[in-house]
Amino acid sequence: MTFSSVLDQKEMRQTYADTIRELAKEDDRVIALEADLSSAMSTSRLESELPGQYVNVGIMEANMMGLAAGLSVVGRKPFIHSFGQFVTRRAFDQLFVSLGYAKLNAVIVGSDAGVTAEHNGGTHMTFEDIGLVREIPNAQVYEASDSNQLKYLLKKAYKEGGLHYIRTIRKQSINLYDENESFEKAKVLRTGKDVTIVASGIMVGESLKAAAKLAQIGIDATVIDMFSIKPLDIETLIEAAKKTGAVVTAENHNVNGGLGSAVAEVLSEHYPVPLYRVGVRERFGQVGKTEYLKTVYGLDAQTIVREVERVIERK
Amino acid sequence: MQATQTDLQVYANQIRYYTLKELQELGFGHYGGSLSIVEVLAVLYGKHINIEPNDAENPDRDYFVLSKGHGGPALYATLFLKKFISEETLYSLNQNGTTLPSHPDRNLTPGVEMTTGSLGQGISAATGIAFGNKLDGRANYTYAIVGDGELNEGQCWEAFQFAAHHQLENLVVFIDDNKKQLDGLTIDIMNPFDFVEKMKAFGFAAERVDGSNVEEIDAAVERAKQRTGKPTAIILDTTKGQGVPYLEQKADNHHIRPSAEDNNAINKALEELEKALQGGQNQ
Ligand SMILES: Cc1ncc(C[n+]2csc(CCOP(=O)(O)OP(=O)(O)O)c2C)c(N)n1
Ligand SMILES: [Mg+2]
Repeated sequence: MTFSSVLDQKEMRQTYADTIRELAKEDDRVIALEADLSSAMSTSRLESELPGQYVNVGIMEANMMGLAAGLSVVGRKPFIHSFGQFVTRRAFDQLFVSLGYAKLNAVIVGSDAGVTAEHNGGTHMTFEDIGLVREIPNAQVYEASDSNQLKYLLKKAYKEGGLHYIRTIRKQSINLYDENESFEKAKVLRTGKDVTIVASGIMVGESLKAAAKLAQIGIDATVIDMFSIKPLDIETLIEAAKKTGAVVTAENHNVNGGLGSAVAEVLSEHYPVPLYRVGVRERFGQVGKTEYLKTVYGLDAQTIVREVERVIERK
Repeated sequence: MQATQTDLQVYANQIRYYTLKELQELGFGHYGGSLSIVEVLAVLYGKHINIEPNDAENPDRDYFVLSKGHGGPALYATLFLKKFISEETLYSLNQNGTTLPSHPDRNLTPGVEMTTGSLGQGISAATGIAFGNKLDGRANYTYAIVGDGELNEGQCWEAFQFAAHHQLENLVVFIDDNKKQLDGLTIDIMNPFDFVEKMKAFGFAAERVDGSNVEEIDAAVERAKQRTGKPTAIILDTTKGQGVPYLEQKADNHHIRPSAEDNNAINKALEELEKALQGGQNQ
């Protein structure tokens, strides 16, 4: 796959709302919970469309986790949404104990991933959510990279039950996949022999851009969309590491705890190769436009290219 | 002929004027909840809060915490009028690399005492500030503004229990009761019932005043300062978009990206404010 800047037809939030509507119509146990950010997620209309299957709980994210736990106890299938930090940092013990430890079912969707929180700034910008949820035993953790993938992941989470966290942006993503694509394994988007770039979310596009630039200077990169951070597709990762002998990860998240950590853990246990993690290092968020923030935090193709060149030297 | 305005009314209009200019310069933002706190900010910074830029670290100063951090633009307009920040800085709101982010940040902006934006957290910090000052025997006050929607958060009520239990008479909490939160009316999303009764039940002295009337707010603050043994809650009866009729009537007025029509109306409001302010200065 080569980089194309064609956007999805639908915003991610519209896909979220449409998928919830579809699932709710098929199964009256489905219930969507919002915490006063419903209009921001395009789900406001569900209130009238799905009586008894939508509730706006108000600005009370910790309570929302407990409410979802209770709903799960009585057999409902809760989908919980707020901005990423509010469904993780803000409500972590409730998420951990009432849903995780109590082994109840919920699909938690955290929007405005990382720098895409833009003008909401440092309080709202989450670079830790994946790391936090990854610590909860048996919780599954995903970052959607386009609209069709988000839809698939929501349906998969619904079918499987248990505790799922899906991180997403709210607006349009670049289009990566067809409508009927399936996602049983990590997606190898490009195969090259010199280095493997493992990315998720908005960094998948940056990685494809980086691969195109690298090709111009004679470096042939494999690019993997590792949308499932937990469980991690170890097989695909190790195979690529064996073929290329060097790995660079790229995430719109803190390098501690997220995709980079997950990849580093697996590689050092199973097949150590030179590795560099592109991501946020020891910094908080701030206000700004996404493109600006990508440069500030080094979340761009240019940084990936630079780190690929360095990591290859260490082979 | 316009009736003669009091100093506090003029000050409120100045804050409103610069809040709007700042938001217009950017082209989007939290208009509704910034405008509903203009009057209370005018009363606090125009009369009660004893803080000056050249003595901003004085431990005996009064403290202010904007717990509903998304009202930041109104606080910034006030800090500009208090000469904490320049006009150039004021218009850098939310620009790449700015020192004025959507939500107040104590490490970026002079005059901002506490970092807020995650609703419910600022009121705990304000309570901590008041508690510390009381422990240390200082005679200063801590003022905080919380949103009516923000009060959905249980953390606010934890802070209130603590404040009442520790008899923090040096804490004055304003509830910006503008009847709306982000997704709509509080009455539809989470019924607030009666804030005065609730605050009294939590051990506060509580009263409701017209939050668009600087004299009423001022009188309530004066009464709070006479009290001992209890923190005070002043419930401000306000309107989201307050002082700009067009924005008051707009249904979705929490976060606005003004359309051409909106811009027309807002710019007209700015012209009127400018005229009123010039008139005020000539008197
Ligand atoms: C913990 C938390 N949850 C959600 C939000 C997103 N949010 C920002 S403003 C707002 C509504 C606030 O309503 P209110 O306190 O009534 O403020 P106002 O009406 O004065 O704008 C929400 C939900 C947030 N900032 N913090
Ligand atoms: Mg409100």
